[in-house]
Amino acid sequence: MAVKGPNPPVLTPVWRNFKDLQEWEALHQKRPEGDKHSALFERVTEGIHSFPGGFLVTTVADNFFNWARKSSVWPVTFGLACCAIEMMATFASRFDVERLGMVPWASPRHSDLMIVSGTVTIKMAPMLTRIYDQMPDPKWAVSMGSCANSGGPFRHGYHVVKGVDRVIPVDVYVPGCPPPPESLLNGLLLLQDQIAHFRRTGERPAPNPKED
Amino acid sequence: MTADQARVLIAERFSGAQVDGAAPVVVSVARDAWLDLARFAKETLGCRFFSFLSAVDWKDEGLEVVCKVDNLDAGLSLLLKTRLGPGVSACPSLVPVYAGANWMERECYDMFGIAFEGHPDLRRILLGDDWVGHPLLKSYAVDTPYPPYR
Repeated sequence: MAVKGPNPPVLTPVWRNFKDLQEWEALHQKRPEGDKHSALFERVTEGIHSFPGGFLVTTVADNFFNWARKSSVWPVTFGLACCAIEMMATFASRFDVERLGMVPWASPRHSDLMIVSGTVTIKMAPMLTRIYDQMPDPKWAVSMGSCANSGGPFRHGYHVVKGVDRVIPVDVYVPGCPPPPESLLNGLLLLQDQIAHFRRTGERPAPNPKED
Repeated sequence: MTADQARVLIAERFSGAQVDGAAPVVVSVARDAWLDLARFAKETLGCRFFSFLSAVDWKDEGLEVVCKVDNLDAGLSLLLKTRLGPGVSACPSLVPVYAGANWMERECYDMFGIAFEGHPDLRRILLGDDWVGHPLLKSYAVDTPYPPYR
């Protein structure tokens, strides 16, 4: 069964064809691949939606699915550098993200989230993309720490990718060097807020402004 | 074997060598005497412990290969240096004397592009095989493009 793509169709982005980071980021405000539902699923939901009163079912179903998605975000364990220590602390009993439904999982094929925690070197970047590609849709990425955000202190080195968003699309950036577990926890809560507003259109929703 | 005895022995054997310092004893020789000096340090001075090998880029004056070997029994350490000269990036390999120099010279080749003559397996060790250039050279621009990552 053919997978129904986004409408209008978007070409697969290749970094080499982009002039600069701003252009790449502008493209990634939309997720190019969209959420890959099967064509049958699309047809069934469209049928229900066009039925009188059926829109209630589909919107409620969307909200229900989003609640389910955000309540069990499984991050793939991807520790690259010292940020991984803080990530482990966040996973451990003191901060305990398991109460938010997050289980650090050692397989990308069962995971929804990749926390890129640490310096991405040019040698590591192909492996990172490979693991990201192995994760099933819908998937999210959190860039943790200065190195993953922009290259950080190694930005002027010869071997560091200047921001992991040059390799994979990123949803939440967590600043800090390294970010303490509270920061990462805040980032993960922001991500859950984004997931709660996830739409099947492939549009990336604007997150709600968080008020303290 | 004390540092003084080592200095005397080196000065006797290598006439063109500059020797100074005590810990470590810094020995600078010409490129031709590089392998002989290493063999002398190992066999006569008893410096059997190969500590590290690296290089320095002195820009217009060319590259300098630096190597530290130790005699752990006597507490003697030698810092061996040789200037390759401007524009030269070839140096005799120390692998026939110190097997531990193998990876160090590969790293040195990786970062500085020094071709070690007589090395059994001279290829990149840290960077990828498709890397262009030698990043620790002063002539290597920091923002050398590496698509798609930089």
